[in-house]
Amino acid sequence: MENFELLMGGLESALTPMNLLYAAIGVLLGTFVGVLPGIGPAMAIALLLPVTYRLEPTSAFIMFAGLYYGGMYGGSTTSILLNTPGESASVMTALEGNRMARAGRGAQALATAAVGSFVAGTIGTILVAFFSPALADVAVELGAPSYFALMVLALVMTTTVLGTSALRGFAALFLGLTIGLVGLDLNTGQPRLTFGVTQLVDRLDIVVVAVGIFALGEALWVAAHLRRRPAHVIPVGRPWLSRDDWGRSWKPWLRGTAFGFPFGALPAGGAEIPTFLSYLTERKLSKHNEFGKGAIEGVAGPEAANNASAAGMFVPMLALGLPVTATAAVMLSALQGYGITPGPQLMTDHADLVWTLLASLLIGNTLLLVLNLPLAPLWARLLRIPRPQLYAGILFFACLGAYATNLDPFDIGLLVAFGLLGLMMRRFGLPVLPLILGVILGPLMETKLREALTISGGDYGGLLNEPLAVVVYVLIALFILGRPFIARARARADESASVEDEKEQVH
Amino acid sequence: MVLVTCLLAAASACGVTRGEESRDLDMWIPNSPGGGYDQTGRAAVGVLDRDNLTGGDIQVTNILGAGGSVAMSRLMSEEGNGNLLMTIGLGVVGSTYSFGVDARPQDATPIAQLIEEQEGVLVPADSPYKTIDDLVKAWREDPDSVVVGGGSSPGGPDHLFPMQLAEAAGIDPKDVKYVTYDGGGPLTSALLGNKIDVGFSGLAEFEGQVKAGELRVLATSGDERASGVFADAPTLTESGIDLVFLNWRGVLAPPGISDERRQELIDLLTRMHDSKQWQQALKDNGWTDAFVTGDDFDKLLVEQDQRVASTLKELDLL
Repeated sequence: MENFELLMGGLESALTPMNLLYAAIGVLLGTFVGVLPGIGPAMAIALLLPVTYRLEPTSAFIMFAGLYYGGMYGGSTTSILLNTPGESASVMTALEGNRMARAGRGAQALATAAVGSFVAGTIGTILVAFFSPALADVAVELGAPSYFALMVLALVMTTTVLGTSALRGFAALFLGLTIGLVGLDLNTGQPRLTFGVTQLVDRLDIVVVAVGIFALGEALWVAAHLRRRPAHVIPVGRPWLSRDDWGRSWKPWLRGTAFGFPFGALPAGGAEIPTFLSYLTERKLSKHNEFGKGAIEGVAGPEAANNASAAGMFVPMLALGLPVTATAAVMLSALQGYGITPGPQLMTDHADLVWTLLASLLIGNTLLLVLNLPLAPLWARLLRIPRPQLYAGILFFACLGAYATNLDPFDIGLLVAFGLLGLMMRRFGLPVLPLILGVILGPLMETKLREALTISGGDYGGLLNEPLAVVVYVLIALFILGRPFIARARARADESASVEDEKEQVH
Repeated sequence: MVLVTCLLAAASACGVTRGEESRDLDMWIPNSPGGGYDQTGRAAVGVLDRDNLTGGDIQVTNILGAGGSVAMSRLMSEEGNGNLLMTIGLGVVGSTYSFGVDARPQDATPIAQLIEEQEGVLVPADSPYKTIDDLVKAWREDPDSVVVGGGSSPGGPDHLFPMQLAEAAGIDPKDVKYVTYDGGGPLTSALLGNKIDVGFSGLAEFEGQVKAGELRVLATSGDERASGVFADAPTLTESGIDLVFLNWRGVLAPPGISDERRQELIDLLTRMHDSKQWQQALKDNGWTDAFVTGDDFDKLLVEQDQRVASTLKELDLL
């Protein structure tokens, strides 16, 4: 209970009117930054650093905390409304979120994202407060073999969303894996599929690929059919979450948290894999035949996973002084600016600062909910803008996002190229989801596989030398072997199973 | 005079005096926020801004991509732009080679080297290697038995350092089992989890871990011992290995600017370097002051460039 008292102490020192103001500024700035594509929380904090050096460390960190959570949440708004994910963590949100928005359920999508973020962020922060040192010790034990196993699991799960035609699904998946190959092979220094273009030497930015295929591809598709289809007006739905929405959201929130938090706590865990696993799980578990048409579970789960992973980042940062994301690196360098050395002693030597930071994460999270929940119906009205103007706005946002990351016009060209690819995929009925999963998974898998094999000296046995890896492979084996049985059991239990197979995949 | 500067500052802040006479500056950071380049660049800009040394605004932009070579090649295409500076360092030089970008830093306009940073040879606390001799001996006997890791991709300082160390110790650099980690954080956790045997990285990031006794420094790479918690660790030369390896960072301007403008920029950074705030920034970040300007910096760049090229050639990475 000692930790509980410390947390209460932290809340006490964080809850001054001045600090609340800083938290509110942070949350607002963060939401703004999250909405603007191309500027992440790391960049925003770096920009704020010179200003905050004149503040007390506590106030500065309260502002950073607000900004961080705000940024993680804000990204979902553009994903849902405009189909333009601002960062890789909100790519999954766009899938169902945008469908919901266009079915007139934008307010609900935003609300479930806001409440889900709050739930996940709060649970995550509390877990950080009470279990950080223990979790950090476990996290460092997990190396490349475990990561690789988890990614194989994700890849196997991907095969369940290939859509009606396995051939088309696999074609899209392999297209995605190929896009993921573009760039310099970091082990040998060989450029792959770069065609001598310097800007292609780095791996392609997942945000540019996703925005190109989702937003631009969609806009081009709509433009191509403008005259053939009557203007479809987005219906205005009810503004709040209904009882049914709550009922369908709370489990995905908790499951998303369970996926996101451990990944955030892992060094280089990131938010992509957990949002993705959460999406696939919800899709698998859903009893509603709505995925691909705007299922609320598909927003609730990934958004919770995203924020839980954001909270998980504080485990290695506070317990070990390790920056595992760019945001953590900037925050730690801010600490150095105050003459505090980040390291394993952070929680003991600067306990008051750490506990105030944790308390302000809770406050920031609550403020975020208070500010954003009433705004959800207002944001959702954006979609009532007439279609030509709306799509013009989407295109503008998409280009701005692609350009803002590097200020390089080349990225806009790349965006257009992926937009055309997106159009072609819609034209020929290739599902978009496996492609995106391939782009995200391919490079991560390759890096981890090669890391594991370098360490083991090329011995494939090295892939099995961590307990978690073995457990995951067993799960995969059960999943594959058990599938025919599950399918049969389901067919018997549910007469309408055949309908499910025809779930519309093609967007 | 003060009034004039203030007026100018106010005027340029409104964006009126953009152009030849502008006192505004751009500072490009060739890497992501929070990294070493970012910290150095922003610290320098912070001092320049605080004392209003330029009389104008300074805008910091992070230009990401290909380990810094994207920024480097864009600097080359800004020929004659006298209002642009870019942070550069050993890692950027290396990345231009490994990413195959033909942009040599000495072909831009070298302004000043600002800092140097020692690298360290780090092992987890329970490692069997107690001294650098233990490590080198085991490494020589069986290069395969030692897995090394670093926080930079091939061509970066954490990669060049173990390769040059191996060579100095009589081990073929091609036999070195090197694993790339995405910066100091993931590298430290790989060390703490005993995933790799030795880590090579800039010292500053490891102060907390070393102080807590989680990691041990076998040797440092400078010509003198590092200060603070690292003071107990011997240098390589002390340990009988003939190698001094320093990571450095400095500032470049685009090619083709006038000699006068170059001198102005050198003077500007000299004033920044002499300020109290800069000295404090050096201390806070654990950087070694290594201020070199003009032609001397030029020479240094050529020398560093050749050294990087020869190490990479040896590894067949060129």
